[in-house]
Amino acid sequence: MRALVVDDSRAMRRIVGRILTDAGFEVQEAGHGQEALDLLTEHDTPPDLACIDWNMPVMDGLEFVTEVRSRPEWRSITLMMVTTESEQSRIVRALAAGAHEYLIKPFTADALQEKLDLLGLVPLTAGDLA
Amino acid sequence: MSISRDAFNFVRELVHAESAIVLEPGKEYLVESRLLQLARQAGHDGVDGYVAHLSERRPSAGLRQVVEALTTNETSWFRDVDPFNTLKNTVFPALAANRTDRRLRVWAAACSSGQEPYSIAMTANDTPALAGWKVEILATDLSEEMLTKARAGEYSQLEVNRGMPASSLVRHFTRSGLNWRLNPAITQQVTFRQLNLVRPFPPMGRFDVVFLRNVLIYFDLPTKRDILRRVRQVMAPDGHLFLGAAEMTMGVDDAWERVPAGRSSVYRIREEQRACVPW
Repeated sequence: MRALVVDDSRAMRRIVGRILTDAGFEVQEAGHGQEALDLLTEHDTPPDLACIDWNMPVMDGLEFVTEVRSRPEWRSITLMMVTTESEQSRIVRALAAGAHEYLIKPFTADALQEKLDLLGLVPLTAGDLA
Repeated sequence: MSISRDAFNFVRELVHAESAIVLEPGKEYLVESRLLQLARQAGHDGVDGYVAHLSERRPSAGLRQVVEALTTNETSWFRDVDPFNTLKNTVFPALAANRTDRRLRVWAAACSSGQEPYSIAMTANDTPALAGWKVEILATDLSEEMLTKARAGEYSQLEVNRGMPASSLVRHFTRSGLNWRLNPAITQQVTFRQLNLVRPFPPMGRFDVVFLRNVLIYFDLPTKRDILRRVRQVMAPDGHLFLGAAEMTMGVDDAWERVPAGRSSVYRIREEQRACVPW
């Protein structure tokens, strides 16, 4: 399975990327929404999951989610906001725009893993295939 | 820094006598890490001095705190996901088809800080077959401290991050400062009560569903067998028992049978044993 981590903080991309790699994902990174859209356009096969920060330069997370949801060829991507924005109204807005899940920073590795379980995104490991 | 053999043995015997939970040798680190804060609060530098004080004076509040510190566990919302999908898609609809009084009773038998019974309440709310039904949830735990937290129905951001679907968070909670407070529609369905699974159960009525998840693993075989036997006595004949993924009734109490349900399994009293249930 493949995941795209979209966050303007390199440290946060590294943290989320590391947890997803440990969970069995192949991870790509982008520093803002437009860079993420460019990456999606370059690849024929969309990733299974995108973890998206809200506040980023150039294109923010909500715009990115709205743009992805408007493109039928990217309908299979599971979208999860990963952000410090913790107001109830923000969560409602993100879900209404088409985000499937919402994880508020700070979070533990277990919390991210439990979101993957909720979304049914559990990559097969070498052990499962043995 | 490590706990002495005498201190570990004292704690081990105390916890076993009060809760039947077995702390195997090798769990010294667990005892030490869980008791260090209690020791410091009581003015001791380390766990050994604190345990020596407890064994000499045997203060009831201190002994209870030790048992609680070693018997409470981390928990998350909708833990393991599949049991709650099974509850919503299979168990609740099956029970709804079998009941005429539009009423169900559920027991969450080791509810810790409340995430499990409240997850059950949210699941019942989201089950179309139960629209307009009264679902009562009894939630019990050994620890009064955990029950106080559970009754408050308020959780930190880090706690709601643990397994809570965003759609459930916005529907069933309201922001309360930095925390999240469960809405009354959910909290009103749950009653909390202190209960030690090792002791005879108080009168509780009978239950259509029992959650006894990730509890039996801590007990020795005779205690597991005794608890499962007594759970049968408070279970409706067509009731459903949920255990943790690493737990089973086979070889412990064979009056139960494992039934595949959804992507997980539930346990039901075997047909021929149902007549033995006393009502």
